[in-house]
Amino acid sequence: MARVDLSTELCGIRLSNPTVLASGILGTTKSLLKRVSSAGAGAVTIKSLSLDPLPGHNNPIMVGFEAGAAGTMQGGCAAGFLNAVGYSNPGVKEAVKEFKDLSDVGAPVIASVIGRGVGDFMKVVEGLWGLDFSAIELSLSCPHTPGFGMMAGQNTPEATKEIITAVRTMTRLPLFVKLSPNVPEIGRIAKAAEEAGADGITAVNTLGPGMVINIEARQPVLDFKVGGVSGPALRPIAVRCVYDIYKAVSIPIIGVGGVSTGRHAIEMLMAGASAVGIGTAVYYQGIGVFQEVCREMEEWMTANGYPSIKELVGAVHN
Amino acid sequence: MILEPEIFKIEEVIPESTQAKSFIFRGRIDYQPGQFIMVWVPRLDEKPFSISYHGEDFFGITVALKGRFTQRLHQVKKGDSLGIRGPFGQAFNLQACSEHNESNGPTCVVGGGIGMASLAVLIERLKMSALGGSASGGPVIVQGARTESELLYRTRFKDMMLYTEDGSAGRRGLVTDPLEDMQWRHGFKALYTCGPEGMMVKVFEFARRNRIPLQASLERYIKCAIGLCGQCSCNGLRLCIDGPVVNAETLATLEDFGRFARLRNSQRVTIEEYLKGCA
Repeated sequence: MARVDLSTELCGIRLSNPTVLASGILGTTKSLLKRVSSAGAGAVTIKSLSLDPLPGHNNPIMVGFEAGAAGTMQGGCAAGFLNAVGYSNPGVKEAVKEFKDLSDVGAPVIASVIGRGVGDFMKVVEGLWGLDFSAIELSLSCPHTPGFGMMAGQNTPEATKEIITAVRTMTRLPLFVKLSPNVPEIGRIAKAAEEAGADGITAVNTLGPGMVINIEARQPVLDFKVGGVSGPALRPIAVRCVYDIYKAVSIPIIGVGGVSTGRHAIEMLMAGASAVGIGTAVYYQGIGVFQEVCREMEEWMTANGYPSIKELVGAVHN
Repeated sequence: MILEPEIFKIEEVIPESTQAKSFIFRGRIDYQPGQFIMVWVPRLDEKPFSISYHGEDFFGITVALKGRFTQRLHQVKKGDSLGIRGPFGQAFNLQACSEHNESNGPTCVVGGGIGMASLAVLIERLKMSALGGSASGGPVIVQGARTESELLYRTRFKDMMLYTEDGSAGRRGLVTDPLEDMQWRHGFKALYTCGPEGMMVKVFEFARRNRIPLQASLERYIKCAIGLCGQCSCNGLRLCIDGPVVNAETLATLEDFGRFARLRNSQRVTIEEYLKGCA
C-alpha cells in the first residue's frame, strides 16, 4: 500500500507533518528549536516574547498531579501538570539576537508574542521584522501572569478584535491567535479574531488556573500559587474547543492540549484542527514524541484507509 | 517525588566550612552520584542541589552561601522541614573507565569549591567498587579552593591532594597543576570533575590532550527540572535531563561551555555575568 501523506498546510505554510511544538515548551533557544525540528516536528513555536524582559515567577514554576494513589495502577502517573512560569523571557530586543537566523532550523518557526496592551503587541511584532519567522501567534490567554492574557482581560471577543486589528497592520505574516479554554463561548472569540483579520487560531492555552497544595507544608506548591493545567487532563476540553471553533470559523486551527499519541492527534484533527500542538507530552515520551506521534498516525491512517491529512480535518463534522 | 515535592525533616546540620553547611535528611532516596534534587523552601524558591551524603535511610546536601536562597537555607535548623523533588538528571557513569581502558592507573576526581559536593558520593562509590582504584585503593582526589577555610570534607576523605589559590592549605596553585605529571606517572583510567567552569575547561583540555575519558557535572539555572521549560538549555542540551553530567565528547560540542550561561529570563550572558546575576 502507498505510504500515507502526513503533510499539511497552515495559511500557505507547508508542514511536513501536523505536529507543532507548542509555545512555552523548549522554545527558549534556537538550538532547542533545531533539536525539536530534527526530532520530527512539522513546525516549532518559540517561547513567548514580550516587549521588556520578564524574570518570570520564582520556583516551583511547575508541578504535576497524580492520577491515582501511590501503589495503585495509576499511582505515580501524571494526570497533568500545572505551570506558572510567568512568561520569563529576555524581551524582544535581546531575543532578536537569539533568533536572528532561523533558516537552518529545518521547520517553519512560529513567533509567540505577548503584550500588556495593544501598543506592546504592535512593538513586539515590529521588533521581529526582518527575521525568518513563518507566522506570528498572539497569545491572549495565559492564566498566570499579571498584566497579560487572561489576567489582563484579553480573552474577550472585544479585546481580541482590538488587538488583532492593530497587529494586522504591522505584519504580512500569517497571524494566529492563541485562545483560552476558560471562556463560555470560545467560538465567539474565534469568530471575532477571524473578522479582525486573523489567519488562524491556536486552541487552547492551559486551563484554569488550578492549584496543587502540599498538605504537609500546608502551602500551594507553585510559588505563584496557581497555574495553568496542561497534559492529559486538558485533552477532552481542548478537543471540544477545537470542535466549537471549527464550527464558528473557516480559518485553520492548530489544536493543542494533552496530545501525546497518534490517536490523540487524529482525534484533534477530526475535531477540526489542521495541525496539532505538542507540549507536555515531551515529559512523558521525551523529544522523540514528535516522530512517535507521526509514526502512529501513519500506521492508523494506513490501516483505516486515510491517504492524507485533509481527509481527517474536521471529519466529525461531516 | 518527581511530580511534586515531598517534605523531609532535617536530622542534622553539619558545618563544613566558613561558606558551607550540610543538611542531613532521614529518608530513603534512590540516587546515583551526579544526579540532583530540587530543594523547596515554601514561599521562597526552589533550587537544585547535588546529594552529598547518601545511605540506605538518609541523604544530605551541602550548601554554600551564594545568595538569598542559600542565606535562608543556612538559617534552617535541625527538626525543620524542606520540600524535596527528584532525583533528576544523568548520573556519572562509574564504568566509564573500563570502556576504553588501556590504562591500569587510578581514576581521578577533580573538585573545585562547592563542586566537591557533587563528587562526594561518587568518591565513596568509587572507593567501594573495584572500579575506582589502582592497586593502592580508591581514586586520586584533587580538591581546590580559594583558601583553606573553604575546603570541604577534609576529615571525610583524608587522602585528598589539596590546592589553595592563596597557599593557606595544601599547595599553592590550581587543581590542574599536578595533572600532567601524575598522568605521566600513573596514566589515569578516567577523570571526573565538578567545579567552577573555568577550572573544568582546563580539566577538559587536559583530558583531551591525554585521551582520558572525562565526565563533568555542569550547572545552569534550573526551573522545571523535567526537561520541559527550556531554561537550562546549553547549546540545545537540557542540562536538567540530558545532563548535568556530560562526557568530553559532548563538552567538545558545547560552544557555551566555560563561556556563556542563561539568566532566569533566558538571556545568554557570559559565565561571570551569570554568576553575578544568580547571587
